[in-house]
Amino acid sequence: MNNRYDVVVVGAGPAGSTSARFAAQSGASVLLLEKDREIGIPVRCAEGVGEKGLKTVVDIRPHWIKQKIVGVIFHSPSGKVVKVQSKEIGYVLDRKIFDYELAQIAAEQGAHVATKANVLGLLKKERVCGVVVDFLGERKEIAADIVIGADGIESRVGRWAGIKTHVALYDIETCAQVTAMNIPLESDYCHFFFGKEIAPGGYLWVFPKGNGLANVGLGISGEFSKTKPAIRYLEEFLSTHFPAVAVLTTVAGGVTCAPPLKTIVEDGLLLVGDAAHQTNPVSGGGIVNAMVAAKIAGRIAGQAIKENNVSKKRLMEYPRLWDDAEGKKLGIFYKLKKFIYDMTDNDLEKTADLLLGMPMEKRTLVNIFKSAVVKQPSLIIDILKVFT
Amino acid sequence: MEKGKGMIRYIRKKCDFCGTCVAVCPHDAIELAENDLLILERCTVCKKCVYVCPLQALEVDDE
Repeated sequence: MNNRYDVVVVGAGPAGSTSARFAAQSGASVLLLEKDREIGIPVRCAEGVGEKGLKTVVDIRPHWIKQKIVGVIFHSPSGKVVKVQSKEIGYVLDRKIFDYELAQIAAEQGAHVATKANVLGLLKKERVCGVVVDFLGERKEIAADIVIGADGIESRVGRWAGIKTHVALYDIETCAQVTAMNIPLESDYCHFFFGKEIAPGGYLWVFPKGNGLANVGLGISGEFSKTKPAIRYLEEFLSTHFPAVAVLTTVAGGVTCAPPLKTIVEDGLLLVGDAAHQTNPVSGGGIVNAMVAAKIAGRIAGQAIKENNVSKKRLMEYPRLWDDAEGKKLGIFYKLKKFIYDMTDNDLEKTADLLLGMPMEKRTLVNIFKSAVVKQPSLIIDILKVFT
Repeated sequence: MEKGKGMIRYIRKKCDFCGTCVAVCPHDAIELAENDLLILERCTVCKKCVYVCPLQALEVDDE
């Protein structure tokens, strides 16, 4: 580890490793820092991605994929089952291997990588000019022209730079997940269970991982977890639905389902991934979005270094390109989230009935959302904007 | 700023160090390291962290 780099990236998840990779590819000297002892662990993620999106940011390696997904199955509060075939192929990944190899790819591009490197704060003069890190228990100062904050939902890089990143209880999903055997559901579909008894202000997912293994988890809105935490909801669901379950991993985590963060760059600083609230507020999905943003951010950082101009004005190209790529869509998804959030179990049953009345080939994402918003048809325009 | 009663305590054996509490803290009063959580003095005991913890690993200590 040197004492100076062009770019320091904080956090080695998919957003951090992808930013490091593209910044290094653009010729910058890059250091990627991970606070934990090993990249990829723990996995706080349902691990689902769309093939189409993922292909735009990385060459997909077959051993990253645990299960190919051909559609989704919705389960209504009363137990109605709506099957939807997807035109797009999905994957449930092995994030342990995926994250690890994304960091390897960054290293192949020349990035330096360090684990057990917990960033404690930013170095600042007139602008951000490096980080203070606890590396293997020793305090170290590392100078950098650009710091990229990819430090996840618990991001503090943004806060240290003066950006307000905390979210309202309404805008956070508090989650618990097990990876488990003996889940008796179709294994090439992702399953979603809805209802206020199951997951108020959120949903429960079953994402199969092959050989009988599946991620079973749920997110509930922060507004509903005051009296009963996510883990209790999950325990209750497992004991009523899958009493024979064998749990191999248990994790907790949070997902921001918030409006897009207004500021994601400052002089010498960029935020990417969960740290920049780039998750889809309806689905809570964030892997591909994070990587799309990180690819842009890494490239812009690399170019800014070459031009010797790391001002906020120069770096603003990143949010502009990100907005055009996905950012604006996330704003529309947030509008949809607010509507879906207020749906009662009765509304969900009606939506299920509408979909069950449709032939399979008509059950597209657009039509699913259209069926959900029948009470507020003005949202149909928004749905068309994000899905077409 | 109004300060609530008591202080926030985290229960190490329940905590998964997931950072959900950090994401909702309006006062940047929680610090997360590998396998440790620090509640800083500027905490106002607004209890948002207590409400969102997926594992109920945070509580208000009234004593």
